[in-house]
Amino acid sequence: MMLKTKLTALAAFLTTIITGASIVSAQQPTDWQLGFQDAHSPTMERIISLNDILLWICVAISVFVIGLMAYIFLRFNRKRNPTPKKFSHNSLIEVIWTVAPVIILVAIAVPSLRLLFYMDRTDDPEMTIKAIGHQWYWSYEYPDLGEDISFDAVMLQEDELEDGQPRLLATDETVVVPVDTNIRLLVTAGDVIHAWTIPSFGIKIDAIPGRVNEGWFRVDTEGIYYGQCSELCGRDHAFMPIQVKAVSKEEYAEWAAYAQEEYAGDVSNSDVAVARLEAAE
Amino acid sequence: MAHSEVGYGAHADHHAPRGITRWLYSTNHKDIGTMYLVFAMIFGVVGAALSILMRAELSSPGMSIFADNPHYFNVFVTSHGLIMVFFFVMPAFIGGMGNWMVPLMIGAPDMAFPRMNNISFWLLVPAGALLVGSLFVPSTAGGATGVGGGWTVYAPLSTYGQPGPAMDMAIFALHLAGASSILGAINFITTILNMRAPGMTLHKMPLFSWSILVTAFLLLLSLPVLAGAITMLLTDRNVGTTFFDPAGGGDPVLFQHLFWFFGHPEVYILILPGFGIASHIISTFSRKPVFGYLGMAYAMVAIGFIGFVVWAHHMYTVGMDVNTRAYFVAATMVIAVPTGIKIFSWLATMWGGSIEFKTPLLWVLGFIFLFTVGGVTGIVLANAGVDIALHDTYYVVGHFHYTMAIAAAFLIFAGFYYWLGKMCGRQYPEILGKAHFWITFIGVNMTFFPMHFLGAAGMPRRIPDYPDAYAGWNMVATIGSYISAVGIVMFLFIVLYTLTRGKKCEPNPWGEGADTLEWTVDSPAPFHTHEELPRIR
Repeated sequence: MMLKTKLTALAAFLTTIITGASIVSAQQPTDWQLGFQDAHSPTMERIISLNDILLWICVAISVFVIGLMAYIFLRFNRKRNPTPKKFSHNSLIEVIWTVAPVIILVAIAVPSLRLLFYMDRTDDPEMTIKAIGHQWYWSYEYPDLGEDISFDAVMLQEDELEDGQPRLLATDETVVVPVDTNIRLLVTAGDVIHAWTIPSFGIKIDAIPGRVNEGWFRVDTEGIYYGQCSELCGRDHAFMPIQVKAVSKEEYAEWAAYAQEEYAGDVSNSDVAVARLEAAE
Repeated sequence: MAHSEVGYGAHADHHAPRGITRWLYSTNHKDIGTMYLVFAMIFGVVGAALSILMRAELSSPGMSIFADNPHYFNVFVTSHGLIMVFFFVMPAFIGGMGNWMVPLMIGAPDMAFPRMNNISFWLLVPAGALLVGSLFVPSTAGGATGVGGGWTVYAPLSTYGQPGPAMDMAIFALHLAGASSILGAINFITTILNMRAPGMTLHKMPLFSWSILVTAFLLLLSLPVLAGAITMLLTDRNVGTTFFDPAGGGDPVLFQHLFWFFGHPEVYILILPGFGIASHIISTFSRKPVFGYLGMAYAMVAIGFIGFVVWAHHMYTVGMDVNTRAYFVAATMVIAVPTGIKIFSWLATMWGGSIEFKTPLLWVLGFIFLFTVGGVTGIVLANAGVDIALHDTYYVVGHFHYTMAIAAAFLIFAGFYYWLGKMCGRQYPEILGKAHFWITFIGVNMTFFPMHFLGAAGMPRRIPDYPDAYAGWNMVATIGSYISAVGIVMFLFIVLYTLTRGKKCEPNPWGEGADTLEWTVDSPAPFHTHEELPRIR
């Protein structure tokens, strides 16, 4: 037992060395993926478990209907059944196929509404991040760290990518969050409507000019997470991804101190972003 | 006396005018129906071509066709949506098959307002011209052309987001198309309520007429809301109002509420006429009366009614409060009940029947498959919680093409093959019709089924390039779209072949199962029909 534990620890240590200490895991889509990305927040876990139930219901209904059709084709085709029956009513069966779906729907509605109310708000947000959508990049504010802490995150062009950074998903600056922390996210936009999402967190909020929308997430694993703008926002809608790095609370504290130096004041790099976009044109 | 002479003079004109006046001045429901169908066919091909070019761009990661300016991909997305909705499905079902068949089926000599029928069609032509024209005038500040805001034209991307005149042209196109549809709807409602043959009560009326009646009411009640919303867009853009601009106290979300108050009934407008067609075709080829006729009719009424109170399920991410979302979850799921009644009643119509698998029936059966798959994914999306993960992803694209877009197209083909002989007097070649079905069925399923995987994995809608991991299923989808394209070419060939060399069609080519009134008149249906009103027992 002891040896096994030690070996596991050693393997984990070596993995950390080899892959670089900071990148624990990266959540992004994989080739030929069929389902959701892995859940890394309690909300997404619940979404996936409700979706699993729904998927079984969907498959059952589809198989039932297709099975009935197959039976009908085999049994009631012109060869097997040259003389059609003439009935056109059956009250009992009509009541059954009206009531049965109602029961199924009520059964779905209960867990569905429970999930909806669970994911809406968190009672005790431990920190707040503000995301602002622009054409075509996101900017972020950390009001807890100081009123003037803000930076822009612009997509990395192909020639700027470093090893392992995914095309169209990686950004120059990263949203850094601590794990196991209830994070309140405020979302708005500076020009047209955008939408902020990280699939693994089960969060998607429209960024609407003139409104501040609220949501929350709580990341359970350190790593880098990716999402993409999810509301058509003009020419470069496909090119304003979202990159979040979840770190331990200690690392976050270090980063926060660094951020207060680095991003303080009115040094928003939006000028850089604009220059970059113009260069890209 | 002079009055009656004028009357006789006009009567003389009723006999088959020739040349361009026959079409330009037409007040004949069959000629107008034919023009609608030709119009829909042209725009259907254009809309499909746009989608195939989009699929070509998406066949592999990286930018190719739209590399110069991704804005044009958005333009294609937008035009594909607007053309397919307003200039393909609606003209084909309502203007085309509705015009042709509703008066024939209810035993009326023509539509109630023949001249209004004429203007309904001819308003659609400048509408289409304006929309196509908008592709070539500037929209963005940089001078790129065409509307790139999606068919939903959400503000503010459609106001200060695209200041050029392209958006204004598209708005006028929608205004004209909307006016055309409202006039058409008034005409159908009046015709169906007042001009049924003696003895044909509403409860004896064929289901296609029922479906058109419900559709016409949906049009009449929803299109004015769209007209209002896009007029507000127009004034926000041009005369400085701020309905949708927060800087002046407006709200972009207001536009979404208005749009979807129209937009959700609109998706039922697109599919309901097909429901009617499906019932007739299933009954005809099963040689059995429609099962649960009243249930079928009132299920459509229920779908139409509920369709008006579920609009905000398109807007689960805009920041509505949680109680509102809970209501829309519940209301949306209710739609599954009347929809289930339709599906099961179609199956029950076939049950015990003597089914002959002719081309029109194949299309309807394909539709039932597509609609079932699209229906169950609709149940998934109705849940606001799960929808957060799927909203604005390819899952939604897969869902609505299955349930509304491709499903409607299948029923358009079904109705077209079913009634082609009645309309042109020649019958399509059965083998080619079936081949057309199978090619299209395989193609569309290859295109749209993998989209559910892509969406679950997180691929957003309306993007010209995607992270490399999405490459596999996108390639499959693109191959599927090429297969469907072969089907479209084949369809055009079948139409040409039928019109020139098709076999002569009997008044009733389908046998005893086809028991509605259109099969009692000659094929092709003479210029004037039901000059003596049929009596219904």
